[in-house]
Amino acid sequence: MTAGVQTTAITYREALREAIREALSSDPRVFLMGEDVGLYGGSFGVSRGLLAEFGPERIRDTPLSESAFVGAGIGAAMAGMRPIVEVMTVNFCLLALDQIMNNAATITHMSGGQFAVPVVIRMTTGAGRQVAAQHSHSLEGWLAHIPGLKLLAPATIADARWMLAPALADPNPVLIFEHGSLYNLKGELDRDHGPVDIDRAAIRRPGSDVTLITYGGTLPAAIAAADQLADAGIDAEVIDLRVLRPLDDETVIQSVARTHRAVTIDEGWRSGSLAAEISARIMEQAFYELDAPVARVCSAEVPMPYPQHLEQAALPQPAKILSEVLRMLGKGSGG
Amino acid sequence: MIVGPDREHGLHLLAQMLRIRRFEEKCVELYSATKIRGFLHLYIGEEAVAVGTIEALLPDDAVVATYREHGHALVRGVPTEALMAEMYGKLEGCSRGRGGSMHLFDAATRFYGGNAIVGGGLPLALGLALADKLEGRERVTACFFGDGAVAEGEFHECMNLAALWSLPVMFFCENNRYAMGTAIERYESETDLALKAASYEMTSWSVDGMDVLAVEAAARKAVAEVRDGSRPCFLELKTYRFRAHSMYDPDLYRTKDEIERYRQHDPIPALQRRLEADGSLSASDIEQIERSVAEEIERAVAFAEAGTLEPVEELERFVYWEGSLA
Repeated sequence: MTAGVQTTAITYREALREAIREALSSDPRVFLMGEDVGLYGGSFGVSRGLLAEFGPERIRDTPLSESAFVGAGIGAAMAGMRPIVEVMTVNFCLLALDQIMNNAATITHMSGGQFAVPVVIRMTTGAGRQVAAQHSHSLEGWLAHIPGLKLLAPATIADARWMLAPALADPNPVLIFEHGSLYNLKGELDRDHGPVDIDRAAIRRPGSDVTLITYGGTLPAAIAAADQLADAGIDAEVIDLRVLRPLDDETVIQSVARTHRAVTIDEGWRSGSLAAEISARIMEQAFYELDAPVARVCSAEVPMPYPQHLEQAALPQPAKILSEVLRMLGKGSGG
Repeated sequence: MIVGPDREHGLHLLAQMLRIRRFEEKCVELYSATKIRGFLHLYIGEEAVAVGTIEALLPDDAVVATYREHGHALVRGVPTEALMAEMYGKLEGCSRGRGGSMHLFDAATRFYGGNAIVGGGLPLALGLALADKLEGRERVTACFFGDGAVAEGEFHECMNLAALWSLPVMFFCENNRYAMGTAIERYESETDLALKAASYEMTSWSVDGMDVLAVEAAARKAVAEVRDGSRPCFLELKTYRFRAHSMYDPDLYRTKDEIERYRQHDPIPALQRRLEADGSLSASDIEQIERSVAEEIERAVAFAEAGTLEPVEELERFVYWEGSLA
């Protein structure tokens, strides 16, 4: 901790709540709606206490009607409001996909630039809690396919706290993915930090031998792998993409130009994944910088199984990242 | 029995219906001449619905429409030139040519688009109305959709949410008896659509959508209920399209007899006869309306013809909003 910087110990969940509270306090156009965001306090506890503070008009519990309330958020945004719509999890956003894809992502374009859609749609994503196939999806890659949307994946306390304000200020639909494994993440929040950008990836750990590129829930795995690699004398750089659409190619390409090796780590399924997209972009823009083919560590291509040992085997783990890097450096198969 | 309109209003309604009819007849011609491409869904036969309902709205109210929305846009006041230019895909079109027939948008008249996903506009209408409610504005959002939308889950989600939250949405269900090629008896277990809406604790009723005076009277009553009561209302307009679903549709799923039977209820001659019987309409009135409509459409076609195609260099514009918002 630097002397003079005010920090507070806070969880990722609390950081999200502080951000929502600040947005509600500073702009009367902001309101939160979603399933159980009010009386229940949010199914992941993010909005606990906000109903008492802001009342039922601005903290709106909705029926289990994802298409209706996500679409209502889009419509309200078109009429000048700044809605924060909470879709409990990415799995249920499939029930609102028509609204997200056919309305939120297209209306600015279809109207020839007449209507902005400044809606923020938050959702939990990811696996790791033994909740089986229908509650464990990581569909960021799917949604990142869609022009017209912006996608954010806060992976740190600071991003959880500071990404919401720029997302609400953005005139476009912004989807925010909160990985379920991060809510209890605890850390120091720099009180003077202030708003972050929502354009650039961040280098979370500088290094010179290999670039590990990841986002959201797999950032901790990448950092853990980098620490283990350091013990083996390998200096890994870790990039947190932060923004999944539009992607910040520059940070990635510049890093690869320094390290000449890249591993992408993505909880999405390997086929047609964000990891595949990153890999293609590195090939297109930095092919001659590479000392080895880009490697990918993704989830196994199975619907997520319930038993813990199978689920953990399906997910990107530090050991897998480690072994990919060692293989890439010609140092054996590792673990 | 609907009281006859005064002469001026009667002529206005007739002119509005004729504007839609002639505009679309011209579109068919232009489609054959390959000036207009893609999907073209004609409203011919259903004109009384858009004309009568939109008559009941105030200038500041919002309209959310479907992909069969030329008529709604025309009578709502989207400039005819801009509509025709949109049909041509020209830069001067109301959606800059990017939307086409199914995606007419106009911020100036609060026309929130033709929506080409059946039922897709309903949630948007809820959101527009929610914004008004939260901001304390006494505006109405008119949401048009067809009978086919009633089979979508989104319809039921939206009926429930609009009623639950008392949102000022005027649901106008244009029941033309077909979901594309499937007759309502073949896809609905309960064909009384107003009854479905009533089950969501919403005032709802049906009206003859081929009678523009009946439509207007019902719409005024319903819109007043939405505006004064700040709650949704559902009006089913029983109508019929005389033309195929789209230009691609060979219309094999209904008989010529059926179409002919409904043509006997064509809303335009029906109003004409009514006005003539009241002594409000002379041959010279008709002539004058037809001439003025023909001139309007001619101007629109000339405008569209003279319009510009957006440079290909601009292809990727408007995917994201250009600039920032206040």
